[in-house]
Amino acid sequence: MDHIFFFYFAAVIATTSVLVVALRNPVYSALALLIMFFHVAGLYVTLHAEFLAAVQIVVYAGAILVLYLFVVMLLSIKSEERYHNQLPVAGLLGVMLCTEVILLLIQSRTAASAPAPAADPVAGPGNTELIGEALYSTYLFPFEVASLILLVAMIGAIILAKKDLNEQAQQ
Amino acid sequence: MEIGLRLAVSLAQIAAVMGVVMLTVMVLTLAERKVLGWMQDRMGPMEVGPYGVLQPIADGLKLFFKEDIIPAGANKFLFTLAPILALVPAMIGFAVIPFGPTMTIELFGMQVKPFVISDINIGILYILAFASIGAYGIILGGWSSNSKYSLLGGLRSAAQVISYELNVGLAIVGVILLSGSLSLVKITEAQSGGFWNWFIIALPFPQIFAFVVYVISSVAETNRVPFDLPEAESELVAGFFTEYSGMRFAFFFIAEYANMILVSCVAAALFLGGWNAPYPGTLLGHLGLDALAWIENVVWFAAKVYFFLFLFFWLRATLPRLRYDQLMRFGWKVMLPIALGNIVLTAIAAYFFPR
Repeated sequence: MDHIFFFYFAAVIATTSVLVVALRNPVYSALALLIMFFHVAGLYVTLHAEFLAAVQIVVYAGAILVLYLFVVMLLSIKSEERYHNQLPVAGLLGVMLCTEVILLLIQSRTAASAPAPAADPVAGPGNTELIGEALYSTYLFPFEVASLILLVAMIGAIILAKKDLNEQAQQ
Repeated sequence: MEIGLRLAVSLAQIAAVMGVVMLTVMVLTLAERKVLGWMQDRMGPMEVGPYGVLQPIADGLKLFFKEDIIPAGANKFLFTLAPILALVPAMIGFAVIPFGPTMTIELFGMQVKPFVISDINIGILYILAFASIGAYGIILGGWSSNSKYSLLGGLRSAAQVISYELNVGLAIVGVILLSGSLSLVKITEAQSGGFWNWFIIALPFPQIFAFVVYVISSVAETNRVPFDLPEAESELVAGFFTEYSGMRFAFFFIAEYANMILVSCVAAALFLGGWNAPYPGTLLGHLGLDALAWIENVVWFAAKVYFFLFLFFWLRATLPRLRYDQLMRFGWKVMLPIALGNIVLTAIAAYFFPR
């Protein structure tokens, strides 16, 4: 049963990911991305990580992708030709990534990795509590660094927006 | 056999909840016009049926038989998809709302919880997730109509929904801190035993500020007056659904009212004790009629939800529409700091005085 769901989600994720870059209409690309986010959330649910699944939808589908759509619609580009001649660069990066994946697969095949037994979803604290505790104990430093990066990005965005206003005021 | 039966019971529960929601939407369309009429010193609809009570049926029939128009140059696929994308998230959120006590009854040898369709441990996040999906219906509907009014309405709505969704999420965090759970069933149960345990006034830190932020933000999120800029009649004809007619228009309409009911249910469950009566236990329970106590609980839940729905109408009759920049400034510079401050204070209070 788990395998059927996994292959369904994996197939849809792979297909829609290709569609995101292959479709000519940016709005359709955004919709393909939306379907992909949903299926990634579905993968999390099959792994008993409901919290991650919900956050995936709230953050990526609910906020970030809406902003993308917003920009696409404001620019009102029916189909953008400027970015359709990146095949050499994309091919090079694709080949590199493929080699990496194949190398990793070969390594893991030799390291005889038996699938870990699925944890009992009922017993113990929920995954929300577990994620919270892991974030604020084991991964406290990376967590703080990530918040710092976000803070810097936020200040940067404000300065970029304000600079425009100041110039307008001076003119 | 077992799985089939379970599926049938679940489908029956879903159908019952959908039926109740659709019925409430019908009642609301009439109630809104009647309440607005009384507040403006007029009668409201009076023609169809005694005292105008059959008006929703007439409206429904009218919408059903209207011609379905797809404007020239519209994106047909997205134009058809948008109303569905608006309606489905509005209906799907009701799956985790506890409408009554978490009692179980025996049905065909199975344990069935009649008032809770599903109690998942991230219930409130589930509602937030699907509420955020509702914005797609509005944006895509506006974009695919190939009309300037619709596009502007859709874009306004996108900015508004994202801004106020954040405030809704942050206002809820205080309640989650106090109850220690994301499940709406557990949050409701944590407020049992009298109105002084409701999170709006419960010790150690009353969530009254969070409640105010939540109510204001949820009015904005459902695009209701005074935050109905996406469909401002005087500027944008009808906003993102200007070009829609017939049943597609009805889908957007039902989605708006279903969203109102959903945010009212969440407000009742999070801040006003859900199905708990404002006194310990239930009156019917004290009289020795424990088997009928659920009636009292469900009535209390409905009363709280209808209180919020009345509030929506009241606001619509009272307040003028905000300007767009006022709306954004209010959301980011007033609501957001209050919600963040509430989280900090609640966290400190919950740390020193654990419940």
